[in-house]
Order: sequence, then C-alpha cells, then structure tokens
Amino acid sequence: MIRNPYIKEKIAFAVLFAATVIVVLPVILILFFIIQHGWNAISWEFLTQMPRKGMREGGIFPAIVGTLYLVLGTLLFALPLGVMSAIYLTEYAKDNWLTRLVKLAIINLAGVPSVVYGLFGLGIFVMFLKFGASILAGSLTLAIMVVPIIITTTREALDSVPQSFRQVSLSLGASKWDTIRHAVLPHAMPGILTGMILAVSRAAGETAPILFTVAAFYLPKLPHSVFDQVMALPYHLYVISTQVPNIKLEVRYGTALVLLMIVLTMNGVAIVLRAHFRKKKKW
Amino acid sequence: MLKRRWSAKRLKEAAIEKCIYLSGITSIVLVALIFIFLAKEGFAIFRTIGFGDFLLGSSWYPISTPAKFGILPLMAGSLLVTLGATLIAVPIGIASAVYISEVASGKIKEILKSGIELLAAIPSVVLGFIGMMTLVPWVKSTFHIPTGLTAFSGAVMLAFMATPTIVSIAEDALNAVPRRYKEAALALGSTRWQAIWRVVLPAASSGIVAAVMLGIGRVIGETMAVMMITGNAARIPDSIFQPVRTLTATIAAEMGETVRGSDHYFALFAIGIVLFIITFFINLIADLAVHHKAK
Repeated sequence: MIRNPYIKEKIAFAVLFAATVIVVLPVILILFFIIQHGWNAISWEFLTQMPRKGMREGGIFPAIVGTLYLVLGTLLFALPLGVMSAIYLTEYAKDNWLTRLVKLAIINLAGVPSVVYGLFGLGIFVMFLKFGASILAGSLTLAIMVVPIIITTTREALDSVPQSFRQVSLSLGASKWDTIRHAVLPHAMPGILTGMILAVSRAAGETAPILFTVAAFYLPKLPHSVFDQVMALPYHLYVISTQVPNIKLEVRYGTALVLLMIVLTMNGVAIVLRAHFRKKKKW
Repeated sequence: MLKRRWSAKRLKEAAIEKCIYLSGITSIVLVALIFIFLAKEGFAIFRTIGFGDFLLGSSWYPISTPAKFGILPLMAGSLLVTLGATLIAVPIGIASAVYISEVASGKIKEILKSGIELLAAIPSVVLGFIGMMTLVPWVKSTFHIPTGLTAFSGAVMLAFMATPTIVSIAEDALNAVPRRYKEAALALGSTRWQAIWRVVLPAASSGIVAAVMLGIGRVIGETMAVMMITGNAARIPDSIFQPVRTLTATIAAEMGETVRGSDHYFALFAIGIVLFIITFFINLIADLAVHHKAK
C-alpha cells in the first residue's frame, strides 16, 4: 500500500478527474457527431416542407409544428397549476402531515416513469374523457409530467426572496395575497421563468408519454383543432430510426439535430437567464 | 362604501387563496388518480390469470393462442439492465460529484456543471438513436456476438443517462456538508483527500444514498433508449450479452398494437402498476434518506 498521504491524494484526485472526463467527454462527442452528420440535411426545404413518399422524401415541418403545439398546450396547463402549488407550499402550508404528504406526492410524480404517464393519459384523457388521441390529451399528459419540475423551481425561487420583504409589506397593511403578488412574485419571476423553460424543453423531447396520447406515425398535414393528432419530432425520430426501412442516414441525423437544437437552445436560455439574474440580485 | 369594497376585496382574496390551496393538494390527487386509472384497467387481467402467474410466469407470449402473460422475463430484463447501469453509473457518478464539488474550482467547475446539465437535457430518443448508430455496432464487433442489441448496450447507455441525476444530487449533498467539518480535519493536519474520504463523504452519505436511489429510479423508468438498443427479446437472459426486453419497453412497443379492452391491453396496464409501485418505493427510500440527514 501507498503510505505517503500526498501521493495517495494525487492518485485519488486523478481517478476522480478521470471519472468526470468519462461523464463529460461523451456529451461533447455526441453533440459533435450529430452536428457533423446532420448539418448537411438541414435546409429551408427540410424545415418547411411536408414529408412525402412515406417520409422518405420532403421535410419535417408537421413534426416541428406538432411539437410546438404540444409544448404550448403543456405550458398552458402546467404553469398555473405548478406556480400556484408552489405558492401554497412556500407561503401558506403549515408544517403538518398534509404538507408532508403533498411533498411526497410531488417527489413521486417526478419519479413516475414517463411511459406510465403515457398509460395514465391513455386511460383518463383518451378513453375515460373521450378526447381521443389528440393535442389536448397529449398536452395534458405532458403537463402532469412537468408539473413537478415547475413546482420545484418555483419553490426555490420563492424561498430565495428574503422574509423581510414580506414583513415590510405586511407591516404596511397589505394583505397576504397582496404581499405575495406585489412583494414576492416579482422578485421570484426570473426563477419561475427558468423553471418554465426547463419544463418546456423536457416536454419537447419526451416520446413515451405521447406514444398513445397524440403522436401520429405519418400525417403530412397540419392539425385543425385541439382534437386532432399531430406528428412530433421525438416520435418522428423514433419512427424513422426503427420502424421505416431505407431512410437516408442524413435525414435521421438531421431530425435528431433539429430536435437537439430546440431542446438545447431552451436549456441554454434557461442557464443564461439564471446566471444573469443571479448577478443582478441586490440582496 | 369603503366597507363594501373591503369585503369585495376580501372575497376575491378568499377565492384566490382557495385556488392556491386546491392547486397545493393537486399533486396528491394526481398520484391517486394515476394509481386508480392504472388499477382500473390493469386489475382486469387478474380475472383471466392469477396474480402469481402474472408475476412469476416465465413466458410472455401476449399474441399467441393461448396467450401467456408471465412478466418474469421482462422483470429479469429490467433487473439486468438496471443492475448493469447501476454498477457503472454509481461509482463514476459519485466520483465526478466529488471532483466537481471538492476538487475543481472556478471556471472549470462551472464548465463541468454545464456539461452535466447538457447531458441531462438530451432527449432519451436522441440518445437511443446515437446508441443505435455507435454503441450497438461497437458492442457487436468488440465482443464478437451476433447482435449488438443487448442488455449490455442498454446498461451502458442507461448508465450514461443516470449519471446527471446522481452527480447533481450527490453534489448538492456534498455542498450541504458544513465547511467547518472539512476545515477541522485540515487543521488537524489531514490532506484534502483524507478530509474528503474520512469526513466529507461520510457526512454526506445519506444524501448520496438518495442520489443513488433516484439514479436507479431513472434507469428503471427509462423507455425509449432501452427500447431502441436492447433488442426486445422477451425471454429470461443467461448473460448480459443477450437481447432483453424491459418492463417499460414492453408497454411502449406493444400498446400501439393492442385492441383496447383485450387481455393484452389489461396486461400492459398491469405492468404499469408494477412500475408505479417499484418507483414509488424507490422514491420513498430516497426521501427517507434525505430526511434522515435533516434530523
């Protein structure tokens, strides 16, 4: 055994560094790989045309639009629910068994496998409420999946607003809700916004929850109402890489690149926002 | 006049607070609803076959006649992939969490953290696609096996997907250890590594347990990537270099082709119940580990 503790330290740190490289290096390789192979596929036509000939030709426009609709629908349902739920937990909830149960429920919602959300959405929205496989059913399913993300980030944002802000507002005679609305929420806004963007990027990339609730295999037209099916980018990538033979490699990489760019751009915006507001914070 | 406006305002405020209260308890309602709807569809399979035959039956032939709905091969598949991924991801994940939180500093720390966040953000279907393109052919040629679509490929890919969860939660746990613990160790003449190994890591152990549990939960629940690269053969594997089918992949791959209300359909919901219960307990353990530390 090595006796010298300083040599031991050097070895230990080298091992730790190697482990970190193993985690981070493949990320860079994956990004490089997808950009390298997918770059040539990206053209104005690829982004704005309907797929043709069973997806072997044409573009991915309906999948992009479908993803956009799903993301907007998700936000519409998840944002109010998540933010209000977080306000309840930070500002109103007392430390009792009910609060503990709510917190446990949120942790479990975050841990439920995404495909189980798909089953749940199929059971309740598609079958029980008879929405059919539709934008509405898919958005609701995705919304329930991302609610825990919004709750957690909003709670952190609310917690970071100093108690003194609330005390001053209350001491001036403002009611509890006025205090929350005018003294707490504005200061928590950047954090809430960050959580919202992260939730959206998660919803944009998920496949399993939309498999049976909204995603269409091949649908070269745009939806007319919230009760229509749509194509979506993640499902499209799954379909062209496993279900349809003889799709050009370039098209597959191109689709992966578009999906990756959408998701990573949103994450990038969230990171920049967070850093920006952290620097600006005056307390 | 003034008094009436006051009460109108009070009324509005009471309404808003009611809404907030209702949103607050929605999470409980949602968890209950998920279980109820899974149970409503899933328990129907037990009218056809026994509970024991479902859990311990060793063949899954849902569309042959007579159909067989034993999920043991699927559980074996999930277990093998999860075990493999855990063995790879836990040591690497904890090691990089320690590096990022205790060794790296300044800009490097920020870059590494962003890299890990980036990894967590990559959609699972994209990782599955990349796995099909790179990892699967590599496994096939390196180990000289007929197909690269194996439990091993799935385990490697899933290890990769579980590390961001493990790293970020373990790092939080390490950061939460009071500085003075480490400073005390250093003041007594220990090296930084001795302080980390003997003081910081034990102090953060319950948080690290939580990180590991949540990482395992992530692996069990992963669907698209495993479905794309593990080969989807629903039989009990003899080795890690054989194709397997996991619980999640079975639901995702077969639900699209089932007739609603058929035994096959009910059986897939019953698999959903099994997954829900497994992840429920994993999350419970993780939560208990965190709260154990708080006391």
